[in-house]
Amino acid sequence: MKSRMQIFVNGSAMQLPADAMTVLALVEHMQLTGKRIAIERNGDIVPRSQFSDVQLQPDDTLEIVGAVGGG
Amino acid sequence: MNDALVIAGKSYQSRLLVGTGKYKDFQQTRAAIDASGADIVTVAIRRTNIGQNADEPSLLDYLPPSEFTYLPNTAGCYSAEDAVRTLRLARELLDDHRLVKLEVLGDPNTLYPNVTETLAAAKTLVKEGFEVMVYTSDDPIIAKQLEEIGCVAVMPLASLIGSGMGILNPWNLQIIIESAKIPVLVDAGVGCASDAAIAMELGCAGVLMNTAIAAARDPVMMAGAMKKAIEAGRESFLAGRMARKLYSASPSSPTTGMIG
Repeated sequence: MKSRMQIFVNGSAMQLPADAMTVLALVEHMQLTGKRIAIERNGDIVPRSQFSDVQLQPDDTLEIVGAVGGG
Repeated sequence: MNDALVIAGKSYQSRLLVGTGKYKDFQQTRAAIDASGADIVTVAIRRTNIGQNADEPSLLDYLPPSEFTYLPNTAGCYSAEDAVRTLRLARELLDDHRLVKLEVLGDPNTLYPNVTETLAAAKTLVKEGFEVMVYTSDDPIIAKQLEEIGCVAVMPLASLIGSGMGILNPWNLQIIIESAKIPVLVDAGVGCASDAAIAMELGCAGVLMNTAIAAARDPVMMAGAMKKAIEAGRESFLAGRMARKLYSASPSSPTTGMIG
């Protein structure tokens, strides 16, 4: 039986629709395609150029950030 | 007169740097920043809102990075580790952008900077190739240490963030300015245009502000006032003020040719 995978995104648990998913697929799943974002996975930056290569693992902790107004 | 502000080898026409927070909406943000004439605008790095409308406008739509120099900050960070992580994300977010504003806070009530964490973060960031403009207290020794670490600008507070209390210790700022070989900018505490002018008259290379503009009754008008104050203060500094005297026996009008 295919088990779904849990990861943590911006502090919240998230069930992935598939058990094998790249960072790029996650970005598409979250409808963030084309948005200016940066991603940290388990404490390390995932360069945009590597989104399609990096495979998510169970319990991965991701931070997905953007620029907002600030002083 | 070419009197550009030079930071990390790059020239900027405006000596006023502005934040992009606390405005009513993005239209007002844009209008105020246009009125300020600022080249460099600070932005914060925050988690994306999961599940938000994908078509929702963003700050970047109103302030395209092609028109302004972004200065990503570490606002809200209370440790060197969080500040460094935030700026690594900012660098990736803004296509290997290296010019950053480091601030590490020590207390959520006063927003007073934590200088030991700031020093630690600055060391790591400089080693990683960041061009660090660093917010700090108005302590001349810490300012010197941040310069020696390799920061590209040191930015002491005039008074606490968001307080609008103006320049509380011009003497410390003067000591920092006199001993620094890198630009010194006042960051935080400016409340009105005269505060900005005084900072520039002290010899600051520039002023960074957010709340003084955003919290004014008319932010766009205040942004214009700040632009003029920065320019007037700079020219006043360059022109060199007259000496202060308790009194002068030399009136401005001729003492001869009086009637009677």
